[in-house]
Amino acid sequence: MSNEQAVNLKPETLDPKPESHPMNYLLREDRLPHIWCPGCGIGVALSCFLKALQKSGLDLDKVAVVSGIGCTGRVAGYVKLDSFHTTHGRAIPFATGLKLANPELKVVVFSGDGDLIAIGGNHLIHAARRNVDMTVICINNFNYGMTGGQVGPTTPTGAITSTSPYGCFEHPFNIPYLAAASGAVYVARWTALHVRRLEKSILEALGKRGFSFVEVISPCPTLYGRWNKQRTGLDQMQYYHDRGVIKHGIDPKEVDIGLHGEIIEGVFVDIEKPTFLDFYSRALAESVG
Amino acid sequence: MNGDGVLTGEFFMMGDVACAEGAISAGCRFFGGYPITPATEIAERMSERMPRVGGTYIQMEDELASMIVVLGASWGGVKAMTATSGPGFSLMMENLGLGIMTETPCVLVNVQRGDPSTGLPTLVGQGDMMQARWGSHGHYEIIALSPSSPQELFDLTIRAFNLSEKYRTPVLVMTDAEVGHMTEKVVIPPPEEIEIVPRRKPTVPPHEYLPYRADDDLVPPMANAGEGYRFHVTGLTHDERGYPVMDAEAQERLISRLVEKIRRNKDDIIQLEEDGLEDAEVVVCSYGISARTALWPVELARKEGIKVGNLRLITVWPFPEERIRRLARKVKAFVVPELNYGQIVLEVERCAAGQAEVILVRHAGGDIHDPQKVLEAIRRAAR
Repeated sequence: MSNEQAVNLKPETLDPKPESHPMNYLLREDRLPHIWCPGCGIGVALSCFLKALQKSGLDLDKVAVVSGIGCTGRVAGYVKLDSFHTTHGRAIPFATGLKLANPELKVVVFSGDGDLIAIGGNHLIHAARRNVDMTVICINNFNYGMTGGQVGPTTPTGAITSTSPYGCFEHPFNIPYLAAASGAVYVARWTALHVRRLEKSILEALGKRGFSFVEVISPCPTLYGRWNKQRTGLDQMQYYHDRGVIKHGIDPKEVDIGLHGEIIEGVFVDIEKPTFLDFYSRALAESVG
Repeated sequence: MNGDGVLTGEFFMMGDVACAEGAISAGCRFFGGYPITPATEIAERMSERMPRVGGTYIQMEDELASMIVVLGASWGGVKAMTATSGPGFSLMMENLGLGIMTETPCVLVNVQRGDPSTGLPTLVGQGDMMQARWGSHGHYEIIALSPSSPQELFDLTIRAFNLSEKYRTPVLVMTDAEVGHMTEKVVIPPPEEIEIVPRRKPTVPPHEYLPYRADDDLVPPMANAGEGYRFHVTGLTHDERGYPVMDAEAQERLISRLVEKIRRNKDDIIQLEEDGLEDAEVVVCSYGISARTALWPVELARKEGIKVGNLRLITVWPFPEERIRRLARKVKAFVVPELNYGQIVLEVERCAAGQAEVILVRHAGGDIHDPQKVLEAIRRAAR
């Protein structure tokens, strides 16, 4: 990571003996250390988000982060922005209210696969359908981490979890396909290993008007990995390295994830269409005046 | 209509519509909801009116989303409301709790119908009164108002917004299908005659701002998102910084403040209508549509020489414990008609504490009470 910082920061801005990390002003330092396990990918994704935020040039007073419940739900509590840690699954409709009440805000939902795809699945598809202007970053670690590693809607068929001791009997959601079919204007997937590409995608998503969606495949060595022959964070990163395949523009229908199969990454959807507020203000101009 | 969106004038107006107009007059500029009988007319009116007053209407995918989109809008700096009926009210309980815990001003209207479950969608009930009190998990205090006419639905919706801003908490308007669908004269005053309580804003710069440090009245000033305060809000137990703290001490401090900010201000929140209580031996204690049904039997009983008075609960929660206790010391009995099998009567019994008899006139809903049954209960109480 230190090499990457050196690349991203101009040498003259580097303090030879920095008192704090150059991204610390974006974090609530008084809340650190965070709760995430060693080897977890959520912190990696958060770093990518914060770097993208730095590059975006957005007014940080106008950026709000909304999370639901779960390991990733804790992101909102660490960012030094207006940040909301809401109820399980409801980050997206909360973010919808925030954005529509104050369209000046750049609203980012940062939450996990259980939160956004299971209990919050209905909200996800409807916000995408309405094309509400927000960026959703979805950490997918294939299980419910906070409660101890239970099976979820993204768990690959056959995977062992604490509530699928004989292997998961269900078909998992293909999240990019779901987001794309529901109407998202930007859909990308990266693993927590591919940090530069992930950061670039988050930056692109932040720049989109409308509902943009970035899935981050993330290690959970403490739970999911341990039970599925990827005992350490490094094992999982190695797997992403060996089986990650970049296919930009591929039909999201084709990006299912199997238990030991390849992980297709890339930007799958990047289109333009009117947002909820575009339609709302157009209708107003035409009929109300 | 003037610049404030207030539709000043005299109207022959449906209760649900009066509710929407009350919200707009109070400054509500965001409505998120989901269609449900008999509350749909509120959403329909808001979908027509919000765009015309510079507000936002959005129809959500369900009532879980409707309740929380309203919380989001409130943190975005806009007065916000949703409206529903029993089945939707059940779904809203989750995020009503988040609103209470995060101290988010907003208004939730429940046009009650026959219950439980899908019950009687088009017909009246008052079966959600205890759900209003305790429906979301955990211990909290709630404010709930109960209008008896379209005019009062207008007036109390304004009051609900004012109380929600003053005490930083969601406020419930617990009306019913009868009042919501009743069409009567409604007078909307000019805007200068309408009292509006604005949001209490922080008086300190962002680096000194603690989002949950309360003023002396236990209510903290509220910054909105996008104003540069960069605050954190969570449904977890939190300290004055808004940061999660997982221990018994933080829990005690937070919950006692949330409860006490309502309890200590009961005198300000509780509104009652009293008639003929000075020398009453029997008190009819009622609310909402049942209070109107009670008027005629009370009049008939008085003609028979029975000393009977009316106590109408305009504020149902917090419950007017002191008033009931004082009355219980001097009257023979309370008669409580309600469109359920006994909810508010439990509170009356608790406060009467055996000092006066308490008679429930129960009716499961579907229509209003037979006034004769209320009269019989008054006669029985007077014996």
